[in-house]
Amino acid sequence: MNASSKISRRAFAGGLALLGLDRGVARAQGFAGLGENAEGFAAVVPGRTFAFPADHGPHPEFRIEWWYVTAILKDRAGASYGAQWTLFRQATRPGAQQPGWANQQIWMGHAAVTSADTHRYGETFARGGVGQAGVETKPFHAWIDSWQMRGREGMRDAMLAPLDLTASGTDFAFALRLDADRPVVLQGDAGYSRKSERGQASYYYSQPFFKAGGSITIGDKLIEVTGLAWMDREWSSQPLGPDQTGWDWFSLHLNSGEKLMLYRLRQQDGRNDLMGNWIAADGRSVEIASADNSITPTGMTDVAGRQVPTAWRIAIPSRGLAIDTTPLNAASWMGTSFPYWEGPIGFAGSHAGFGYLEMTGYSAACVIP
Amino acid sequence: MKRALWILAVLLSHWRRHPMQLATLLIGLISATALWSGVQALNAQARISYDRAAATFGGARTAMLVGRDDANFPQALFVELRRAGWNVSPVLEGRIQIGGRAFRLMGIEPVTMPGEVGDAPTVGRSGLQSFVTPPGEMLVAHEVLADLNLPEGARPMSSGGTLLPPLRAQPQLAPGVLVVDIGIAQQLLNMPDQVSRLLIGKTKAPRAALEAVAGDRLRLVEPDAESDLERLTDSFHLNLTAFGLLSFVVGLFIVNSAIGLAFEQRRPMLRTLRACGVSARMLNVVLVIELVALALVAGMIGLVCGYAIAAFLLPDVAASLRGLYGAQIPGQLTLRSEWWIAGLAISVLGALAAAAASLLKAARLPVLVAAQPQAWQQAQQRWLVLQSAVALAVFVAAGVLLWYGDSVLWVFAVLAALLLAAALLLPAILERVLSLGQHTARRPLAVWFWADSRQQLSGLSLALMALLLALAVNVGVGTMVESFSRTFVGWLDGRLAADVYVSAKDDAQAMQIKAWLRGRPEIEAVLPGGRADAQFRGAPIEVLGLPDHATYSEHWPLLESTGNAWVRLRPGDATLVSEQLARRLKLEVGDRIEVPAPGGNWPLEIVGIYADYGNPKGQIAVNYAALTRRFPGIPATRFGLRVAPSEIPALLSAMQEKFGLGDRSLADQATMKAESKRIFNRTFAVTAALNTFTLGVAGIALLTSLLTLSNSRLPQLAPLWAIGITRRRLAAIELVKTLSVALITALLALPLGLLVAWCLIAVVNVKAFGWRLPFHVFPLQLLELLGVAMAASLLAALLPVMKLARMQPASLIKIFADER
Repeated sequence: MNASSKISRRAFAGGLALLGLDRGVARAQGFAGLGENAEGFAAVVPGRTFAFPADHGPHPEFRIEWWYVTAILKDRAGASYGAQWTLFRQATRPGAQQPGWANQQIWMGHAAVTSADTHRYGETFARGGVGQAGVETKPFHAWIDSWQMRGREGMRDAMLAPLDLTASGTDFAFALRLDADRPVVLQGDAGYSRKSERGQASYYYSQPFFKAGGSITIGDKLIEVTGLAWMDREWSSQPLGPDQTGWDWFSLHLNSGEKLMLYRLRQQDGRNDLMGNWIAADGRSVEIASADNSITPTGMTDVAGRQVPTAWRIAIPSRGLAIDTTPLNAASWMGTSFPYWEGPIGFAGSHAGFGYLEMTGYSAACVIP
Repeated sequence: MKRALWILAVLLSHWRRHPMQLATLLIGLISATALWSGVQALNAQARISYDRAAATFGGARTAMLVGRDDANFPQALFVELRRAGWNVSPVLEGRIQIGGRAFRLMGIEPVTMPGEVGDAPTVGRSGLQSFVTPPGEMLVAHEVLADLNLPEGARPMSSGGTLLPPLRAQPQLAPGVLVVDIGIAQQLLNMPDQVSRLLIGKTKAPRAALEAVAGDRLRLVEPDAESDLERLTDSFHLNLTAFGLLSFVVGLFIVNSAIGLAFEQRRPMLRTLRACGVSARMLNVVLVIELVALALVAGMIGLVCGYAIAAFLLPDVAASLRGLYGAQIPGQLTLRSEWWIAGLAISVLGALAAAAASLLKAARLPVLVAAQPQAWQQAQQRWLVLQSAVALAVFVAAGVLLWYGDSVLWVFAVLAALLLAAALLLPAILERVLSLGQHTARRPLAVWFWADSRQQLSGLSLALMALLLALAVNVGVGTMVESFSRTFVGWLDGRLAADVYVSAKDDAQAMQIKAWLRGRPEIEAVLPGGRADAQFRGAPIEVLGLPDHATYSEHWPLLESTGNAWVRLRPGDATLVSEQLARRLKLEVGDRIEVPAPGGNWPLEIVGIYADYGNPKGQIAVNYAALTRRFPGIPATRFGLRVAPSEIPALLSAMQEKFGLGDRSLADQATMKAESKRIFNRTFAVTAALNTFTLGVAGIALLTSLLTLSNSRLPQLAPLWAIGITRRRLAAIELVKTLSVALITALLALPLGLLVAWCLIAVVNVKAFGWRLPFHVFPLQLLELLGVAMAASLLAALLPVMKLARMQPASLIKIFADER
């Protein structure tokens, strides 16, 4: 297991993603230890009161942060697609925000579209302080290069909607409008999301109730689509324990209108912390920590020279949930500077629906615990 | 095989008996190889440096966006383009001085830097964070660490007093380049929010049209396989290559005559071998083997000499290139195996080419037929006609080239064509002159004199061609250098208008000196001066500050100007531009330029163009007060004084005593002029060295040709002796004959040389250095060269003639009997 797999969920923590810029020279040097040290950054403590729109904006006193949207989409013929739009922020060092190029923030954007037979993605980086990337709250606007998430006329802060979401790469693009009629949902315990027993945690809220509509472009083919979308907002200074090697993360839209967020942190010793929130159709969010809950890989895919579990069985006895998930495209590999698997899935069993799966930390020589 | 070895041994025995001839052959081959490969080594060395410089974060190898007029532009454009889908990365470039040496400071942005940008050094090892976080890091080549005599991690101080980021070695970088983060570069250069250019990476997303984002503020520059430095220095290297080629050709003339001589002398030996049953084929194979072996030995020695020449010239070449184009060439030669192989190959090929005629003769050598010079001379007639036709064709080609071509390469092609055509035409012209002489002659001996000279021509013509080429090039280069020197001296008189030049050790001392000078009645004026370094349109320039004083408006020579140029300079929005810079960037009086300066671009209108001979860098001259406003960091340590001439010595010694100023800090006009001339001469050091060498090689060529001839011509002289003409008389006739053809050749070389000089002055100089000189003819210099040529011919002719005068009658009888 190399150092680069000890990464937070969203592949950006600890500056390791930046090492991709070094064209492989320094991957194991310099930044490798950054993830373990939060000296000087703000700490994540329980009991925070969230305030919007301020919390939609950046929290530069924390080391890492992301705006993370996934959308499951269908065209008129019923074919499924997925779209991902992600903006990561990372502070290279603590302290007051410096102006101009001296600013310590580094931004990274990922975008992808997935269909049953293709998966296309893009990646870009920017330094803070000069305007190449950033997030503003009034009006809401998150951007990196030409990729944007922008509040539409009449946007309501509590719902973080409606939004326009656009991104484009060499061989794909999408332009979606996101609407929601319910407020954002606090994850974990009232927005405090514990990541290990030793106190690693993040602030975490989501908007899982987006309805999406617009178009995606694959190659030069424009496809009108509609569907559901989910935004995660999370920030932290030290989200992972040193022995946590990666994770498997689900965001599921149940046909009942309920939502399920579920993740498993894989540990070097083979123990897995399984955590999540059950979100009722009216937006009530309850933590579902129980030793009876389980997720089990049921099918492996050989992708990018490694074995990745792309089919899973999930059981949450307390909710009467027992489902099997299958990927829309088992090769939804993000071959970015820090590579990971992310793509739309469908599921059936006690409940049916669609969702997104993200898996990090599967290195080429990795054995699944 | 064994037989071949025996034949080889027999052939080689000739060299043992004629060591001088062997030496000549080897000298020819060595000098051909040495200069050629020396020049190649220099060029290769420079090219390696250019590649390193070019690879520095894109250089010209990457498509980029540059500001209109190549001026810096606001960084906001970078952000707007990124947000419109352009995958661009900003670079800010400027000049910074450390310990009095100017460096090119590059600010890069590692996060957006396209991965495919050339061999861009990775910031990786030192880590992104330490590179971008103030104070950041300054990446430099190892040479820079050595130059500054600082270890890695040390923080040098700029000449402006700014503490620079810690040094970090980065081997791929070119010497003379400092690389820092763009934010740090903006701060060090005091160019906040400014960008010099945007490197364009692979397209990552659909992007808006450039005009839609940036209007006409930016323009796209397509990637160029050739770097700026390569383009700039092309003419310089072409110059070197031309000389290398010339001496290679002249060296081959020597080889040709040496081999011709050996062949003539070995003719009986070859005949005997053939008579003994050696097949012509075998004989030829062995001759070729012998030649290749000699060429390899000579090639090796030539390469070693070439290395020595390159090492000897490298400091001058490096100094010229650094001065001329700001190109940094490391002082250490690195030679690759290709160089050795190419050197040996050219030696062997050259030897074979030079020996082709002799080898052909040997192949066709009849076993028993005696020489038939008259028949051969008639065949020669047809050959001459053909050769003249070729010469005329080459002349026409040269004319066409001159008409259509406009690059330095074309001009050199024209020069080469001119020289070649003239050389080819030479035998025909000589033939014409001599046959005219023959027709006017009445007395039998005179008729024979002319006829024999004509017959001798074919053997001598190659050597005479070499002499013609060497002389013409010498006349050309000599005239150019002399023209230049004259113009330079006259120009210097106007340019160095102050009587005393002072350079204080720092600003504080400068203040003290100025205060002290105020109390000296003999001082008529104190003229402050200053200069800043800037990066303008991709190359370093000097920004010279001239005080508003009559000394300048009265003396400073302007080539072209608006009527009131000096008045226009005063407000600080106008500038004078040096001729080189104007030519290079096609600037004219009335044009507007923007010079990157701390705090923003400096818009200037060009109100005049001045000659700036000998200064390699482009230069602009502005009002001194305006310069100090725009470049606040420049030291104010240099100034000139106007003093009554009679007071100068007393003033100098008083200042030396009072302020402890040494020779380097205090100089009168005469000393400054001498110093300027020294620097100026250095520009031509390489040219002069190569020039002398070429003339020397031509002298050797003439000598060996005459040695060859004298031997082969004995059969023609023997009958004359037999009919009663004394050896002394014969020798005198021979001498007169040689000298007269040499004289005709030299006389022909003069107009040819002047033509070469014109090409050099009117075209090559303008393209290569950027200045145009008035064309002068220097008759005395021409006479001198003529004298040298005749003396060389005399020396070369004397040896064979003396041999003839002292020849034993018995050997003449023997030749008469044997060969006739």
